[in-house]
Amino acid sequence: MQSLLMWHVLTHFCYIFNHKPCFSYKKLQRRRESSAHTMSNSDQTGNESEMYVMHEICSSVKNMKQLDFSVLVRRANQIKEELKQGVKKPYRELIDVSWGDPHRTGVKPLSFVRQVLAGCLYPQLLESNRLKVDVRQRAQRLLETCAGGSVGSYSDTAGLTQTLKKVSEFITRRDGGVPSHPDSIYISPGSQWSLTNILNILVNPEASPKTGVLVPAPSHCVTTQSILGLGAEVLPYYLTEEQGWALQVEELQRAFDSAKGVCKPFALYIINPGNPAGGVQSRKSMQEVIKFVSEKKLFLLADEVYQECVYGENVEFLSYKRVLAEMGPPLSETVELASFHSASKGLIGECGLRTGYVELVNLDPSVLKLLDNLFSTNSCAPVLGQLTLDLMINPPQPGDPSYPLFYEETQRIRTTLIQNVRQVFEVVNSLPGFSCQPVEGGVFAFPRVYIPPKAIQKAKEVGMEPDTFYCVRLLEETGVLARPGSEFGQKDGTHHIRFCIMTPQHIMEELLRRLSIFHTKFMKEFS
Amino acid sequence: MMSAQVIPTGSGCLPSLSFARLVNVTRFCISDIDPNTSECHLWFVSQVLAACLYPDLLKDDSLPVDVRQRARTLLDVCEGGSVGSYSLTYSGIPLIQKTIAEFITRRDGGVESKPENIIFSSGLERALSLVLHLLSGGEGQTRTGVLTPVPCPHTLPMQLDEAHLEQVSYQLLEEQGWALDLAELHRALRTTRGRCETRAIYISNPGNPTGHVQDRKTIEEVIRFAASESLVLLVEEVFQDSVLGQEKRFVSYRKVLLEMGEPYSKRVELVSLHSLCTAGMGECGLRGGYMEVINMDPAVREFINILPCSGSPPILPQLALGVMASPPSPGDSSYETFMQEVLHVERTLSHNARRACEFLNGLPRMSCVPAEAGIFLYPRLDLPLGITEQAQMLGVEPDVLFCQRFLEEEGVCVGPGCENGQDDDNFHIRSAKPTALICVLAPPAALEEVLTRLRSFHLRLLSSCC
Repeated sequence: MQSLLMWHVLTHFCYIFNHKPCFSYKKLQRRRESSAHTMSNSDQTGNESEMYVMHEICSSVKNMKQLDFSVLVRRANQIKEELKQGVKKPYRELIDVSWGDPHRTGVKPLSFVRQVLAGCLYPQLLESNRLKVDVRQRAQRLLETCAGGSVGSYSDTAGLTQTLKKVSEFITRRDGGVPSHPDSIYISPGSQWSLTNILNILVNPEASPKTGVLVPAPSHCVTTQSILGLGAEVLPYYLTEEQGWALQVEELQRAFDSAKGVCKPFALYIINPGNPAGGVQSRKSMQEVIKFVSEKKLFLLADEVYQECVYGENVEFLSYKRVLAEMGPPLSETVELASFHSASKGLIGECGLRTGYVELVNLDPSVLKLLDNLFSTNSCAPVLGQLTLDLMINPPQPGDPSYPLFYEETQRIRTTLIQNVRQVFEVVNSLPGFSCQPVEGGVFAFPRVYIPPKAIQKAKEVGMEPDTFYCVRLLEETGVLARPGSEFGQKDGTHHIRFCIMTPQHIMEELLRRLSIFHTKFMKEFS
Repeated sequence: MMSAQVIPTGSGCLPSLSFARLVNVTRFCISDIDPNTSECHLWFVSQVLAACLYPDLLKDDSLPVDVRQRARTLLDVCEGGSVGSYSLTYSGIPLIQKTIAEFITRRDGGVESKPENIIFSSGLERALSLVLHLLSGGEGQTRTGVLTPVPCPHTLPMQLDEAHLEQVSYQLLEEQGWALDLAELHRALRTTRGRCETRAIYISNPGNPTGHVQDRKTIEEVIRFAASESLVLLVEEVFQDSVLGQEKRFVSYRKVLLEMGEPYSKRVELVSLHSLCTAGMGECGLRGGYMEVINMDPAVREFINILPCSGSPPILPQLALGVMASPPSPGDSSYETFMQEVLHVERTLSHNARRACEFLNGLPRMSCVPAEAGIFLYPRLDLPLGITEQAQMLGVEPDVLFCQRFLEEEGVCVGPGCENGQDDDNFHIRSAKPTALICVLAPPAALEEVLTRLRSFHLRLLSSCC
């Protein structure tokens, strides 16, 4: 039986690499005709924009309107400048919790990781006793896996051979022995890049009806933008907030059915643990999803970058690969799955190094070959990032000289996270007009703001979404930068904000203090 | 379309090994050295990056004072003082944009470059891919075409394919040292009438893989051609810092364009691409590059800023680019060492280029145009009928067969010319000058090893066929 993807590939083969991109530019015929004329006359009459050979016209572009958030970012940058110049404000510094970026908020990088990477970049450091012996040994070992013993050399497209091997061993360990093979793994500069590549293969922008991808609502905007940008349709399935943002299969069915006459659903994107909704799926829920995708013949895209961030005693992260494998044949051999992970999240938090990987399950080998070609248009992922992956999946062990410090640093981050999660839950839920589901996983809180009608009216007047309006006021009055829920997709009539909870403890306390004061004031003003 | 004839690069199990080490000279690995030696590497960059990664190094005197100062300045512009944070804008860190713009202005004798026109990308291919996608459009006869040199960098045909662009080849003239010929450009463009809509021309200067350096006159001609035919200029200038010998000098397209004055300087749209993979830096694994856009439609420029699919750019390569654009100056503590290292690279490259070229020209049925710049040699093979027939039977290109057998028998991996778009009867192979950085002990000796193996293989091949 042909795999789904293979069928798709065969019927749309010519479009895989020849897709009509979203941002196409057309040359105005007038330009060519007029250029000879204007060149000789050195005369610059005419509309400025007609002069350009590259000129934006594609409709998909219009779909990708500038997000409200960039307005907030610009204002935040201005405020930073103003603060630097000593302009008086009710706060002395900004608290930027709009990204899932722990280092930005003040969480310190892990010493072991940074020491090894520094040693790899500048091997002279390995000659003295300045760095502990296990750091030096690890750096030596990693350098040996690089071509020419240097992080400056290219690696093979899919990644350094040794790193791929280590990643597959890690996956097998994590999944209780379910085997993983290096050949099905690709290391990429960040998980978004490989997600876009996979989507590139799945989506056929020429198709009529269009390709559809089911995505959760709320969902991280980069993913939805990528899908739209590739010329596909987004089919949102709403998570149930009152049940801790749980996924209901009936809702998946509804989303699937909504495609009739609009597009042909081809893939289901799921992010577990969630972003921005902080839920962690139970095994039962995951099995339902797997059965659903099998029945509807959908490709499963499982974004699992937050797998290390799980809180609460009864909560456990299970990978989709594991659950699938443990369901046994025929599902375990037929459901096509791509699972993503990265070093940007989790305790290591190295967003700026840009490294992640994708593991492909049950893909037809000829499709893998095509994917290989697609990945090789970008020589390889940054080598330093690949080495970071190795460090993430093989941390120091008890007995290693670096272990005590490593344990102390990671424990501190872990305890802080658990504390932050608890504090957010308590504080937000104690305020009227504000509620928050318990954050089981991920690095964000996504509380609901019950914005009063008067504020909604005001927001309309200034041409903003109500929660954007809330965030703008929050930024101006308290210096806290959070993201409005309207960016993520939410049920009509509901409003949310999202902020990162992976921050040092004192930052979280200060954040909650400012937020409480602001929120109470805001509610009063618009009551 | 898609070449399935990719030579295995690197590890792989070969049945019986008659050689001790596999040598890969298809890709550029200037850092291909034993980490315990410091030959042929610019350590200033590594030191700065190491300090940025692990700021504890700033606390003592183990690193030179200018390294520490530089690292501190760079860390200041990273969010949270860490290279692990996301970069705020898709175009890159503003300080780095400014540093690069200043570098370009200096290099071009004062012809000003604006920071907002600098867009960072993780590797030259990503930047190029972005622009190619922007240009792409149309179907059938209206499909966008790009004038592409033959030979061209081996990833280019794949990238054009991926962006649904038609490759319109213009042949570089081997007899004239791989020069660009205007008549050939016109001819190529004529062939596209009714076939596709050509909207851009790709230039590699100094040439990859040919090593040819274009003179100012040629550049002006190309610019005028682009202007009259309304083409966007895509100019890749990665080998700009490795011009060998004294006869030729690198001049950037943007400098010539802006010095030509109006109307060209205000109308012709130009994208120049550069990266960390220069002969000097050789930090290909870090994956860092930038493009400077000139006369681009502001709406398009703005669009690139909000483009989410490009993903957040990594920090470390941006910092590396910043260091590349602003190396130690006279008076800095690292200046002496740095200059020595730069000179060493130049001398080694120059020596190896000359030696290898002479050697190849000395082999029967092989000829090689001397490289004026860059790190590749692109010799031509006059393959005997036996080989071409055998290749046909096996269903591969003759130069691919040559390379495959060379790998099997001698353990040296070189690249076949067909991957550079060479599709005529003149078969070529492409090999990177290893600059003896492959072997630690005696740099030129490693090159000698490769050349020796090549000669023995080549002679064996010829004698078995003739």
